[in-house]
Amino acid sequence: MKINNTVIKVCMGTGGIAAGGSEVMDAFRAELKASGIEAAVEKNCLMHKVGCRGLCAKDVLVDVIVKGQKTTYQYVKPEMVSRIVKEHIIEKNPVADWVVGDDYHNFHKKQLKVVLSDCGSIDPEDIDAYIAGNGYEAARKVITSSAPADVIGTIKASGLRGRGGAGFPTGVKWEAAMKQSSKQKYMICNADEGDPGAFMDRSVIEGNPHAVIEGMIIGAYSIGSDKGYVYIRAEYPLAVERLRKALSDARARGFLGKGIFGTKFSFDIKVKLGAGAFVCGEETALIASIEGQRGMPRAKPPFPVYSGLWGKPTVINNVETLANVPYIIRNGAQWFSSFGTEKSKGTKVFALTGKIKNSGLIEVPMGIPLREIIYDIGGGIEGNRALKAVQTGGPSGGCIPAEMLDTPVDFESLAKVGSIVGSGGMVVLDEDNCMVNMAQYFLQFTQMESCGKCVPCRIGTKRLLEIIGRITKGKGKEGDVELLEKLSADIKAASLCGLGQTAPNPILSTIKYFRDEYEAHLKGKCPAAVCKELLTYYILEEFCKGCGACLRACPAKAITGEKKKLHKIDPAVCIKCGACFDVCKFKAVGKE
Amino acid sequence: MIRLTIDNKAIEVAEGTTVLDAAKMLNIEIPTLCHHPKLTPFGGCRLCIVEVKGVPRPLTSCTTPVSEGMEVATSTPALEDLRKTLLELILSDHPNDCMICEKAGDCTLQELAYFYGIRENRFEGERRIYEKKDGNPFIERDMGKCILCGRCVKVCDEIQGVGAIDFAYRGFKSKICPTFEKDLDCEFCGQCVAVCPTGALTGKMWQLRGRQKDINAIDTTCSYCGTGCNITLHVRNNKVVRVTSKENTWNEGWLCVKGRFGYSFINSPDRLKKPLIRIAPKESIKGSKGQSLKNSDTLTLGRSDTCDFSAIFREASWDEALDYIAAKLKEIKERSGADSIAGLSSARCTTEENYLFQKFIRAAVGTNNVDHCARL
Ligand SMILES: Cc1cc2nc3c(=O)[nH]c(=O)nc-3n(C[C@H](O)[C@H](O)[C@H](O)COP(=O)(O)O)c2cc1C
Ligand code: SF4
Ligand code: SF4
Ligand code: SF4
Ligand code: SF4
Ligand code: FES
Repeated sequence: MKINNTVIKVCMGTGGIAAGGSEVMDAFRAELKASGIEAAVEKNCLMHKVGCRGLCAKDVLVDVIVKGQKTTYQYVKPEMVSRIVKEHIIEKNPVADWVVGDDYHNFHKKQLKVVLSDCGSIDPEDIDAYIAGNGYEAARKVITSSAPADVIGTIKASGLRGRGGAGFPTGVKWEAAMKQSSKQKYMICNADEGDPGAFMDRSVIEGNPHAVIEGMIIGAYSIGSDKGYVYIRAEYPLAVERLRKALSDARARGFLGKGIFGTKFSFDIKVKLGAGAFVCGEETALIASIEGQRGMPRAKPPFPVYSGLWGKPTVINNVETLANVPYIIRNGAQWFSSFGTEKSKGTKVFALTGKIKNSGLIEVPMGIPLREIIYDIGGGIEGNRALKAVQTGGPSGGCIPAEMLDTPVDFESLAKVGSIVGSGGMVVLDEDNCMVNMAQYFLQFTQMESCGKCVPCRIGTKRLLEIIGRITKGKGKEGDVELLEKLSADIKAASLCGLGQTAPNPILSTIKYFRDEYEAHLKGKCPAAVCKELLTYYILEEFCKGCGACLRACPAKAITGEKKKLHKIDPAVCIKCGACFDVCKFKAVGKE
Repeated sequence: MIRLTIDNKAIEVAEGTTVLDAAKMLNIEIPTLCHHPKLTPFGGCRLCIVEVKGVPRPLTSCTTPVSEGMEVATSTPALEDLRKTLLELILSDHPNDCMICEKAGDCTLQELAYFYGIRENRFEGERRIYEKKDGNPFIERDMGKCILCGRCVKVCDEIQGVGAIDFAYRGFKSKICPTFEKDLDCEFCGQCVAVCPTGALTGKMWQLRGRQKDINAIDTTCSYCGTGCNITLHVRNNKVVRVTSKENTWNEGWLCVKGRFGYSFINSPDRLKKPLIRIAPKESIKGSKGQSLKNSDTLTLGRSDTCDFSAIFREASWDEALDYIAAKLKEIKERSGADSIAGLSSARCTTEENYLFQKFIRAAVGTNNVDHCARL
C-alpha cells in the first residue's frame, strides 16, 4: 500500500516532551510498522519532531498532513495513535473527536510569526529542514556579496531593537562595534533567560536553533568578529543539547569555522553554560562570568561595544533579537518594518501565563492592544472571572490595570504606563490575586538574585521586602507606603545595574494603580483574601451541613461542632492554613 | 586633553581620568567608601555619585571617565538626599559599635555618618551576624561590620597576588570569605587590613591598645629586610601598639606580614640590647630546670624561658666585644690562614652595611668567603 505525501509532526519542545511526546512518537513508529506500511514510511511518509508551537497546555500536539491537508490533534496519548493511523492515514478520515477546536485556531489567529515562523513546523535537529526553508541563505548572501556596512544599514532600516529588555537599536550597536579598530571582537548571544515564568528564548533555541546561529554569523560578519559565545543557562538541558547539535551540524556544512562560504571570513561559536544566577543575564556580569569571574556587573561606561569580553569590543544580543536577523535579511528591511509601530518595529514573543485560558508562547506584532492578547489570543480569564491587571516584564516590570487594557504593547506605550516590554513575560492576574502579595513575590526574587555588589540593591531591596512583608502580615505602620515609594525611588536612582534599577518597579506600579489595596492591608484587610496573616476563616450558617469534613481536616483542632449541626472556627486557635476552606464541599467556609 | 567643568569650575585633564580624580585636582571633595586610589574601580558603595548634564541618572564619579564638555555637579539636594539614604542603608546593617570599635576615629563610615548627621534610621531591619572563627594571631575579622566595598578582595588579588578571599553568596547574604568559608589561611600580609575602610578587618594585637588619636606616630624604616619599607610606628606610653605605612612612601603603603605585624620583639624581655660574651662552654648550658640540653634545644638558645643563659654569657660593651672579635679573627687568621674564615651577612642590613661587610671580609680579613643569607 502506498501513502503519498504524509507528514506527521510531533511536538517535542520541553512542554511536549513532558506531556509524553517521545512516547507518542514511538507509538506512531510502532503503529506504522504494525500496519505493514513501514517500508513506505521511509519514502512517502515523513515523521519528525518539532519545537514548541505555543499552546503547551494542549500537548501533546500532533500535526498530520495528508496531501497538503493539515489536521492538528490535541492531548494525544500513545493509546490514541493506532486509531489516528488507521482512520486518518490509511482510511483518510481524520478523527474528528480529537482534532483541536476553535480555541486552538483563535489562539493563532491574531498572532504574527516571524521569529517563531519555523518553530513548531520544522525539525529543530535536522539542519536540512532549516536549509530547505532557505536557511543559511541570508548568511551566504551577506558574506559573499555585501559589505558589513550595508548589512548594518539593512538592520538599522528594519528598526530592529533588542529583545533582551532594554530595546536598544541593534543596528546602532553593531555599527559602534564595527567602527572599533581592534583586531579581536566578540559576538555573544545572551540565552540566560532567568526571569521567573519566561521561556521565550528557550523555545526559540529548542524549536529553531539554526536561526539563532545564522543571526550570529551575520552579526559577526557585520562587526568583524571571528569568535562567538552562546551564554545559556544550564537549567535548559534540551536547548543546550539541540544548540550543540546544531552548532556541530553547521560546522560540518562549513557554515561555521574557517573560510565560510569560500570567503576569507571565519567565525566559530562556543557554548558557555550559566550557573543559574539571574544577574548573569546582565551583559557586564555575563562577560565577567565568561571570563571565569564572579558574575557581578560593572559600571558602564565603558559599554561592551567599546570594552567587553577581555577588554575587546563585544556585541551582546538576545536570542530573539538574533533569530529575527536572518528573516530580515531574507525578506528585506521594509518587510520587517511594515509590522509594529513607528518606533517599535516587528513582532515580540511573549510568555503568556497566569489566570489565562490559553497560556503559552505567543508572537504578536508590536503595538497590538493588550486586550487582544488577553481576550482573543489568550481566550480570556480562567473561570470567566474579572481581570484585575497584567504584569509585564517580569520582576523588572510593572502591572497594567484592567482599565488600561487598550494600551498598545510596544516599548514606548508600556514605558508610559510605568511598565516595560522587558524580555517578554506576561502574567495575567484576576480578582483573586492580591497586588501587594504579587509585588512581594517579584521583589523576593530580585532581592535574592541581587549580586550584592552595590548598597542600594543589596540592602535596599532587603529593606523593601521587610517593609512590604510587614504590610502583608498586617503589621504595617502609618507611613510605610510612602517609605516604600521613597526607598524605591532611591534604589532606582542609585543602583549600579539594571537589576537594582528596575527591582522596585513592581512595587511602584502596584502602589500607583492599587494604592487602596496597600491602605486596606494597613487597616488589616487583604481585599483579595490572599495574605494569610490577614485572613479570618469562618463558617456560613446557611450552607453548613454539619458533615464534619472541616473538623477532621483542621490540623490545629480549631473547629468544633456536633454531627449535622453548625460547626464553628475558633479564630484564636486557627492557624489560617485553609484546609477547611479546601475540603468543604458545600462552600460553607468563608474567608476574608 | 579633555576639558570639562565640575561645580562650574573649568579644568583640563588627560583622557582616561575619572571624574573623581578630576574633582580632586580642583580640591572638590566627593564622599567615597569603596574607592581606593591604588586599586581598580569598584563602584559598589554609590556614594560618589554625581550629576552629569544630559545624563538622566546619577553616575559614580570613581568609575566614570571624563569626556569633552562634560558638566558635572557633585553636590545637589537630590544627590545629598541619595547619599543619606545610602548611608542609612549601610548603617541599618551595621552594629552600633563605635564605642568600643578598634576603628573608631579612623573609620570612613563613622566619619560619613557624622557628616551626614545620621542617628535615627528609617530602614532598621535584619542584620548579618557572623560567628568568629579566625584562629590566626594576626587578623581580626568582624564581618558584621563589613560593608562589602571589595577593597580587601582587590588588594589581595591585584597587589598581593594571593587571592585568598572573594565575594560569596548573593543578595543580602553576600559576604567576603576565604574559599569554602574556611578559616583565613594566607600570607597574613595584612594589606586587606590596611585598606579596609571600616572596623571589619583589624590587627589582633592592636586590640584595646589605643585609638589612632592617642598615639605618637614615628616614621622609620622596617628593619626586617633590605627592601627597607617605610613604616610608621604608633607609640603609646613608649610602647609600639601598631604599625602602619603611609601611602606617599616609596613602598606606597604596602607591607608584608613581618613589617606590619612582627613588632613584638621591640618590647620583648628577650630582646638583646647589648653584646654578649660567652663565659662557659656550650656543653655546660643547662635548661631552665637544670637539665642538660640536647643539640636541638640550642636552637631556642637565648630565650629566657628555655634556659638560664646568665651562666653562660655575660654582657659587654660594644668596644670590648669588637676588640674581642678582632683579636679572635687575627688569631685564627695567623693560625689557619684567611681562607679558614667566612663571613655571612644578614638580609636585615642595609645595602651600605652589606657593602661595608664584604669590604671588611675581603680587604681586612683577606678572603673571598663572603655571602649573604638572602638574595632579594
Ligand atoms: C538583571 C538583568 C538580567 C538580564 N537578563 C537577560 C537575559 O536573560 N537575556 C537577555 O537577552 N538579556 C538580559 N538582560 C539584558 C542584557 O543586559 C542586554 O541588554 C541584552 O542581552 C542585550 O541584547 P539585545 O540588545 O538584543 O536586547 C538582563 C539585564 C539585566 C539588568
Ligand atoms: S544593582 Fe544589584 S545586581 Fe546590580 S550591581 Fe548592584 S547589587 Fe549587583
Ligand atoms: S566600623 Fe566604623 S562605624 Fe562601624 S562600629 Fe567601627 S567605628 Fe563604628
Ligand atoms: S592578609 Fe594578605 S594574603 Fe591574607 S587575605 Fe589579606 S591581603 Fe590577602
Ligand atoms: S572587609 Fe573591609 S575592605 Fe573588605 S569588603 Fe569588608 S569593609 Fe571592605
Ligand atoms: S566610591 Fe565610587 S562607588 Fe564607592
